[in-house]
Amino acid sequence: MADFCMPSLGADMTSGLLVAWRVEAGDKVEHGQIIAEIETAKGLFEVEVFEDGVVEQLLIEPGEDQIPVGTPLAKIVADGDVVTKPDAAAEPEGRQKVSPVARRRAAELGVDLTQLKGSGADGVIQLADVEAVAGAAESPAKAAPTARKITPSAEGMRQAIAAAMSRSNSEIPHYYLATEIDMSRAQQFLAEQNKQRSIKERLLPVVLPLKAVAVALQKVPQLNGYYVDGQLQQREQVNIGFTVSLRNGGLLTPALQGVEQMSIDQLMAALNDLIGRTRAGKLRGSELTSAGITVTSLGDLGVQSVFGVIYPPQVALIGLGKIVERAWAENGALSARPVLSATLAADHRASDGLLGAKFLDAFGRALQQPEAL
Amino acid sequence: MNTDEIKQQIFNGLIDIAPEVELDELDPNENLREELDIDSYDFLSLLIGLNESLGVEIPETDYEKLVSLTDLVAYLAAKLDESR
Repeated sequence: MADFCMPSLGADMTSGLLVAWRVEAGDKVEHGQIIAEIETAKGLFEVEVFEDGVVEQLLIEPGEDQIPVGTPLAKIVADGDVVTKPDAAAEPEGRQKVSPVARRRAAELGVDLTQLKGSGADGVIQLADVEAVAGAAESPAKAAPTARKITPSAEGMRQAIAAAMSRSNSEIPHYYLATEIDMSRAQQFLAEQNKQRSIKERLLPVVLPLKAVAVALQKVPQLNGYYVDGQLQQREQVNIGFTVSLRNGGLLTPALQGVEQMSIDQLMAALNDLIGRTRAGKLRGSELTSAGITVTSLGDLGVQSVFGVIYPPQVALIGLGKIVERAWAENGALSARPVLSATLAADHRASDGLLGAKFLDAFGRALQQPEAL
Repeated sequence: MNTDEIKQQIFNGLIDIAPEVELDELDPNENLREELDIDSYDFLSLLIGLNESLGVEIPETDYEKLVSLTDLVAYLAAKLDESR
């Protein structure tokens, strides 16, 4: 038997709201299945279970209370071990079923839920039931709070980022390395590829550096992992946290998972999917926690070099600037080349400058053979 | 299709990408991506949408011609004329 607990969806999370269950007591679940929706300062996320079994009991109902990370939310038992009748355990007789949105709205409007009859399936009280009673439905402005789950408040997002970055700056002894990389071959390869492709299949320039990070990490795996309890825990799979800015302010760094196994086309498809879902507020919990390194690309905004702050407990962050045409000397001759400024911010507890230098060297070399990426 | 209709198609795409922006107040001669704060992913999404709605092919080598709203409208109008 195991408890399914309030997960930590990042270094900045101490508690979360249980917004909804996607399972009921008695349901079979399997590894990777989404079983709950959790709201944090950074938005609403789908959370998976990481074992096979049966939901014996849901311990906590969706609601308004902030639940600390680590609090048991449900009991999961191995299939065949179910000892109690699940329905009786989960739903006491006569208990009202209320959707989380309706419960929140009722609290805002001061509506007494016990006086309501639900119109939803199984008599669940829904948002419309609450608003009908309160006569609030005529005010669209007042209905706005229901959108909060999808668009987290800019203030909450800011505080969450501030907490994680303060922790990073106080705990992690950062060191920084920078290099300039000739992108002639990479850009030529990309131009040739995109010329043959329909607009929907075109590659964004950032996919080549992302794949090159995965190649370089396989040569210098010490930069791929977590620093926990005074030790580096290296990762085998390359999961790259990719910084995605959000229009309402703030950012998320969901992970592209298993980049070392992906072709360039698979990586582009994964990137499209990830950016789209990040901006639509449809990320899974594991995507927020599985990255072993982060890539921040700010070249689109004309930034030359990025000096990153590592996202704990990770041990490195790669910063990509704008590709600019520069005078480049090679073999005694001068020519104009597109040049990328790449930086590494790394944790001195987990690696030294020599390893960081090896990483940047491997990264730059990988970009000289784009057809092999 | 006249230029107003082309502009409307562009706006239809931009509403999805930058829903909070007052598109009518956009300076048509400024750098569109900077004005709207859109990155290369959003820009590609906009072009994919225009490709679907107008049937215009936009090769990557032409991206640099598409700086402002005025540029984009003129480019699409010329392409639509060509295909007529």
